[in-house]
Amino acid sequence: MDLVVVLLTLALLGAVIAIVGAPLNLPYRRREVDADEVRRGELEAARESKYREIRDTELDYRLGKLSEADHESISATLRAEAAEILRGLDDLDGAVEHQPDEAPAAAGEAEPQADETQSSEGAARR
Amino acid sequence: MAVLGRACLLLALLVCVYGIGASLYGVRRGRSEWCESGRRAVYALALILTVAFVVLEIAFMRNEFSFNAVADTSSTNTPTFYKFAAVWSSQEGSLLLWAWLSAMWSSLILFLTRNRMRDITPYAQSVLLGFAGFFVGLMIFYASPFDTTSPAPTAGAGLDPLLRFWTMMIHPPMLYSGYTLCIVPFAFGVGALIARRVDAEWIRATRRFALASWLFLGLGILLGARWSYSELGWGGYWGWDAVENAALLPWLTGTAFIHSIMIQEKRGMLKVWNASLVLATGTLAIMGTFLVRSGILDSIHAFGASTLGVPFVVLIAVCIFGSIYLVVSRRDMLRTEHRLDSLFSREAAFLLNNLVLVGLAFVIMWGTYFPLISEAFTGSESSVGPPWFDRYTVPLALILVLLSGVGPLLSWRRATGSGARRNLIVPATAFVLVLVGAIAAGVPENVKALLMFACAAFAIAAVGQEFVRGTRVRRALSGEATPLAMFSLVRRNRRRYGGYLVHVGIAVMFVGVAASSSFAHQNTDVPLGRGQSTKVGAYKVTYVRPTAVLHDAPSVDGELRTALAQYPQGNQIPIHHDGGDLDHVLDLGAVLDVTKNGHHVATLRPMMSFYNGDDPSQGTVGDLLAGQSVSDVGLNSSPLRDLWSAFDLNLAQTPLQSIINRGNAIVPANRPDLALVTIAALAGSYLEHPPAAEFNLLISPLVMWLWVGGLIVLGGGLLAGSPSGSLVRGRASARVAARATRGMARA
Repeated sequence: MDLVVVLLTLALLGAVIAIVGAPLNLPYRRREVDADEVRRGELEAARESKYREIRDTELDYRLGKLSEADHESISATLRAEAAEILRGLDDLDGAVEHQPDEAPAAAGEAEPQADETQSSEGAARR
Repeated sequence: MAVLGRACLLLALLVCVYGIGASLYGVRRGRSEWCESGRRAVYALALILTVAFVVLEIAFMRNEFSFNAVADTSSTNTPTFYKFAAVWSSQEGSLLLWAWLSAMWSSLILFLTRNRMRDITPYAQSVLLGFAGFFVGLMIFYASPFDTTSPAPTAGAGLDPLLRFWTMMIHPPMLYSGYTLCIVPFAFGVGALIARRVDAEWIRATRRFALASWLFLGLGILLGARWSYSELGWGGYWGWDAVENAALLPWLTGTAFIHSIMIQEKRGMLKVWNASLVLATGTLAIMGTFLVRSGILDSIHAFGASTLGVPFVVLIAVCIFGSIYLVVSRRDMLRTEHRLDSLFSREAAFLLNNLVLVGLAFVIMWGTYFPLISEAFTGSESSVGPPWFDRYTVPLALILVLLSGVGPLLSWRRATGSGARRNLIVPATAFVLVLVGAIAAGVPENVKALLMFACAAFAIAAVGQEFVRGTRVRRALSGEATPLAMFSLVRRNRRRYGGYLVHVGIAVMFVGVAASSSFAHQNTDVPLGRGQSTKVGAYKVTYVRPTAVLHDAPSVDGELRTALAQYPQGNQIPIHHDGGDLDHVLDLGAVLDVTKNGHHVATLRPMMSFYNGDDPSQGTVGDLLAGQSVSDVGLNSSPLRDLWSAFDLNLAQTPLQSIINRGNAIVPANRPDLALVTIAALAGSYLEHPPAAEFNLLISPLVMWLWVGGLIVLGGGLLAGSPSGSLVRGRASARVAARATRGMARA
């Protein structure tokens, strides 16, 4: 058998052992997936979706697909749902107080609101 | 080199087994380091299979005919591009490509989710490693790309001539990428169900992979259709072939999934439906792979009968029954969080679209697997043809195209009646105008096609209106110029407007399909001699003169030119020095003049390439022409119509056969190069006295729009899937949110 092939095979084997074995060499730490972590993942996904929904609703309204009354009603529901999600995230963080400048960038407020130019976070705050 | 390849496969299998074990042990015992090790096993697998793939590529590039796969599908004079791609033209090489792509995509998703969903990813990585391990196992135990023969053959059989077409070389990697990407959402869906985490997080993490699989599958299908149109000589691009259908099935369910996950993301609805769709899409991807590998159904694409059927059937059974068990056992958790607010909403349109797509998938699946079903119940195999598929799929396609226009007009949750009516005016007007215009133009004989044009007009007008109105809103708010306003609108709403573009592309494609399948004029097997003409629709096609090209003749160039000089037009024959393998020595064809009402429209040059038969019983000269003959169509495309022609010449039924017979008698068996001189004489004689050839002639309206529509779909899909950054630019506290809500209430 070609020596180069043997060396290449051994090198590959060594690389594989190094890659998969590295985490096992770390100090032992038992870290179960706790309920908070699961909840946080759920809420963050929900937050992203809710912001997208708020933004889509704004755009639909401006495109004339929603009447003002429907828009008001749907917006109120969505923003309440968004606030609920944010509250859930805060609860997970132990109600860490945020300074006003820690709040989401309000850059969108200075921009036109027909689309994503408006920060959805900003939308939730109005 | 082969030893290294085999070692890679063995190591890959061990890594798969280890990774599955480590992941499951880690998640069950709460040992994150084992989960991490399992995840890294996927990276290691990608590395190992990359090495294996490179080894095989090197073998192809270096013409190592000791590798069976190389000897069977390549040769020394195969052009480098085709040599590179010949790897996946064999059963063994394509299995390696599947496993390698699967490992690469799996690594990418696991890297992107390395800090998220720690309860789901260990299960997902086990499933991903399970699929990869299955394919690696097939290579080890059934069809190894690293099998060798000693002593090595001196020459290879060469790549199947039918596959020497650029789209056919790209088509398999696209299709396999689509199939392997389907497995990613499948694996995360399984992981979410096992971990009892059925919220939107896993959907959000895998949405782009679902979209990518949809895009790759679509692109693969389109490239295959283009190959069929340009290379197979029958004039069609879609034949409802079993393997074509097998690729279409996961694409259809994937389309449904991409739409319905938006409803789950936004409303927490359709969880059972989405779980079922993602599991069905993954299973259909495996079934599609199975159809190509097993040769169980007749198809031009299949690799022929093989021993891979039983393992695949077992895998498919595990996927189907495992999926059913998971969905049924988790049904309580999959309850919907909300109900539909209104039937007059985008959610409702998406639901209907889902039903139509799944209905289409069911019809196509039934038709595709009908030979197996009929054999199981009646003992005799019977199949259904294109008319059967058309009967059921065309009405569903009409509804689908119409819905692709309706959806964008509606808002989420509930649309306001007056707004929807106002938004409907332009698309409905387009619908009526196109319908009336087409009837007035005198083409009412095909109602389905006319309805398709009208539905497509509706969809395109609806989406166009969305772009125009959106741009106006943007302009009014920002004061930007129109092009910039439209650019900004699309850039900031990529998912929405990318999706709209896909709708336009689909509508445009269906216009091409409806027109080309309903209003084409085709004359098949028309015998024409030089100077003769025939009518196809409104066009007159005249055989002007024959053409010939010689290949593979570097060592006898002088003799060839002497032989050709015997014929008045012999010096017109180009000689292409392709190499020395003599696997492709002659192209014969014709120049056709196409006129309409006496005016020249186009010149077509269809051709037929003759390949070596590798059959000594045909004689020294006959063998050089006895292999596969491949059509190279003469095509003139324009936005309104394609003029398409294919040339067919059976040498055995022409006087040219006597030249072959004489050559067989004179040229010794050990001098195939000299046989080329006889071929040159044959080509010279062909130019001087061309026998009548058979032509397939096709005038196909609007077929170019099928390809244009495909490109629009591709562009829209890329736009919809392109990252636009998180909508969350920071974290708001409930206090801020409450203030926001109060502020909103005041407003």
